[in-house]
Amino acid sequence: MRKLKLVMVGNGMAGVRTLEELRKIAPDMYDITVFGAEPHPNYNRILLSPVLAGEMTIQDIILNDLQWYADNEITLHLGKKITQINRTQRKVVAEDGTEAEYDRLLLATGSNPFMPPIPGKDLPGVISYRDIKDTDEMIDAAARYKHAVVIGAGLLGLEAANGLALRGMDVTVVHIADWIMERQLDRTSGKMLESALAKKGMKFALNKQTAELVAGESGRVCAVRFKDGETIPADLVCIAAGIRPNVELAEKAGIHCDRGIVVNDTLQTYDPRVYAVGECANHRGTAYGLVAPLFEQAKVCANHLAMFGIGRYQGSVTSTKLKVTGIDVFSCGNFSGGEGTEDIVLHDPGAGIYKRVVLKGDKIEGAVLYGDTKDGSWYFQMLKDGQDIREIRDHLLFGNSHLGDAGHKGANSAAAMPDEAEVCGCNGVCKGTIVKAIKEHGLFSLEDVRKHTKASSSCGSCTGLVEQILASTVGGAYTPADSSSKAICGCTDLSHGDVRKAIRDQKILSAQEAIATLGWKTPNGCATCRPALNYYCLSTWPHEALDDPQSRFINERAHANIQKDGTYSVVPRMWGGLTTPDELRAIADAAEKYKVPTVKVTGGQRIDLLGVKKEDLPGMWSDFAKAGMVSGHAYGKSLRTVKTCVGAEHCRFGTQRSMDMGVKLEKMLFGMWSPHKVKLAVSGCPRNCAEAGIKDVGVIGVDSGYEIYVAGNGGIKTEVAEFLCKVKSDEEVMEYSGAFIQLYREEAYYLDRTCHYVQRVGLDYIKEKVVNDEANRKALYERLLFALQGYKDPWIEHAETPVLRRQFENLSV
Amino acid sequence: MTTTLEADVDWKRVCTVDEIPILGSRVVNSPAHGAIAVFRNGDGEVFALRDRCPHKAGPLSQGIVHGKTVTCPLHSWKIQLEDGQAVAPDVGCTKHFPCKVEDGAVFLQL
Repeated sequence: MRKLKLVMVGNGMAGVRTLEELRKIAPDMYDITVFGAEPHPNYNRILLSPVLAGEMTIQDIILNDLQWYADNEITLHLGKKITQINRTQRKVVAEDGTEAEYDRLLLATGSNPFMPPIPGKDLPGVISYRDIKDTDEMIDAAARYKHAVVIGAGLLGLEAANGLALRGMDVTVVHIADWIMERQLDRTSGKMLESALAKKGMKFALNKQTAELVAGESGRVCAVRFKDGETIPADLVCIAAGIRPNVELAEKAGIHCDRGIVVNDTLQTYDPRVYAVGECANHRGTAYGLVAPLFEQAKVCANHLAMFGIGRYQGSVTSTKLKVTGIDVFSCGNFSGGEGTEDIVLHDPGAGIYKRVVLKGDKIEGAVLYGDTKDGSWYFQMLKDGQDIREIRDHLLFGNSHLGDAGHKGANSAAAMPDEAEVCGCNGVCKGTIVKAIKEHGLFSLEDVRKHTKASSSCGSCTGLVEQILASTVGGAYTPADSSSKAICGCTDLSHGDVRKAIRDQKILSAQEAIATLGWKTPNGCATCRPALNYYCLSTWPHEALDDPQSRFINERAHANIQKDGTYSVVPRMWGGLTTPDELRAIADAAEKYKVPTVKVTGGQRIDLLGVKKEDLPGMWSDFAKAGMVSGHAYGKSLRTVKTCVGAEHCRFGTQRSMDMGVKLEKMLFGMWSPHKVKLAVSGCPRNCAEAGIKDVGVIGVDSGYEIYVAGNGGIKTEVAEFLCKVKSDEEVMEYSGAFIQLYREEAYYLDRTCHYVQRVGLDYIKEKVVNDEANRKALYERLLFALQGYKDPWIEHAETPVLRRQFENLSV
Repeated sequence: MTTTLEADVDWKRVCTVDEIPILGSRVVNSPAHGAIAVFRNGDGEVFALRDRCPHKAGPLSQGIVHGKTVTCPLHSWKIQLEDGQAVAPDVGCTKHFPCKVEDGAVFLQL
């Protein structure tokens, strides 16, 4: 079959991203030809301001070099401007007469700077700020002249002014409104920004209208005259008064335009063979000027061009971040408020901090932050997810920031960190390395930064900081994905929620079946999605789903915990943290027999034997089995430990028999697989020696019964468990805790701890399902007990089954 | 898998294909080369790599196999089964050994 011809007019970020997406999903469908008016291949326009500021060079910001076009078999015409679209003959014609026929046409003509009709705007020395040519001209002027005037104090204007000031020019910013960036900031934050920039040496002329640009003797511009008669010197005038979609070509071809080329949700124009993406397109009345929405458009457009026909672009909520070193400003959504909205404001002028979150009902409408923007992406995420914030309203302004407690010296503001400050304490990555990688490799997403630098890819506690660095480096281009629709991994577009639902609705019984029926892009998934799929099948269809050992992480496959040198650690179960002389003797014997180098007491009241060779595992297990001991599951996404205090059995303060209660809970939950590890604790009195306040389920005995707390966490980020309910009997403790854990097992996403799950659904929801609805609680509890029925100790099973034992036996040549 | 005309004496039989789990591996101890991981992928192809991740020497044999790649169990580097190269942006390489299947038996060229 003849390949279809795709012609793209415009060679910028949105258009080229569309081609990248298209080549990924339908590599052979089209012969592609690209016309670019500029003489450069696709570059990162967002990073022109660091180039102007002297922090980067043009070469650094090229996103797709010429080799990329060659490798992807794309015919590239640089420096050729298309002047005509002939829709009847389906071809485009360039200025120099070059023609290209198309089956599909993609318009990505971007936008033009808006030039207000000021007398003198065509003088030499008067420029806009849009492309490499303008940037070069400014750099050149900065070396030769003194006075610069920037007209327009939007994002682009301020970045231009900052760059020119850094290059030693005396810069005045002229603005028509009362405060700068009035489209992105409210008055208070605008004024704070103004005084910070003034300290950097910029001057401001606000509330000023330009009457004329005055020519000097040489013919070059020499001054700006305002309507009120004042005149200031200007050897360079940069006009940054906004952008207008570039629709000239489309309009001439009779394609419907209205403040942009009008497109539908699949990015098609009124001529269905012609698509438009990027700044030139008007989607549902909005032409976007930030990169994040344009990349979303690119993805949908590519999907439609590839004739998949499943994607729809439904518009974007955008956020703004100013890229001026050392200054943190963030805004998103409707931050000005209005009818039916409420403001929550925190303003500390001394510390240079201003936060305003606009609410409508129980949801966030918008936010503007100055000085401390670390929670910007959190607010933005909740805005996009439409999350109900009723429960956290009282501490909303104090933020969350996804930051862990340790590993970055407690620093939590990216802007204040020097380049050599360590951001990721797990992988030893400092701020400068991250910024460099973002710039050099053109990274836009958290995942990309993780891949290239490893920052925040281990424990994830510095994710909030990495996000801030990303946001301040690429500005508005950074948008966190909607957490509800984020794909599990690169193998699929489906989210965890989608997959859980499909496995339930379609009764999918194995990871491999899920990969086959749910349209995975890879033949066997990957190390991220397969364990998740395996868990979802097992937890949804207990006793029916097929457990695939190869879809489990090595620890769960080998029933021991892999260590840095490839040896394993073995933790026998001690119910409730209790043991006996016989068990201790068996542990001591095993430690000697297998030459265990390290024996350690764990935080969960168990004994850990570290440094066991894999070949020795089955032998050690059978020795333990003879002593009546079973696996401690210290290696799995499973029930780990129930920690107990001494309790009423011995303690003079004890009100409940906590050891007894702990043993009962641990026996009930033995062998339970879960989305992530699960830890419990039982204390016999409110002194809480078992530290139940930081456990997934914490039980605290009081004279009249037990208090149950849920969703605590003592690791990366300490989370205090929340009070669920108070009960009277041991049986009720089992039922309520069991029901909560089963709800978590059925609904949480893989690798979410209970604290993450409860943050997502809200404690009220948990109370509704577990406390208030008795029938539902009992049903959950029964499903848990059913799932755990007949569970065999994996140590005995693995030591006795030849196929399972195979992995411990090496071959030789 | 590699076909080569070199003398048969170089090929050493290690096990049958069925003794390696699909999307899994076995470890072969070689006196000359140390531990070698022999992998079997979803298409029945067999590959052999030195059982040492180029990153921090993790045992690749214990990783999760997908496509023609294994993910190291220690820090999730992805290593290509065909040539031992790390998947970009990571950089590194572990030795790979020619490997073939004949009549259901797996041979390594050492």
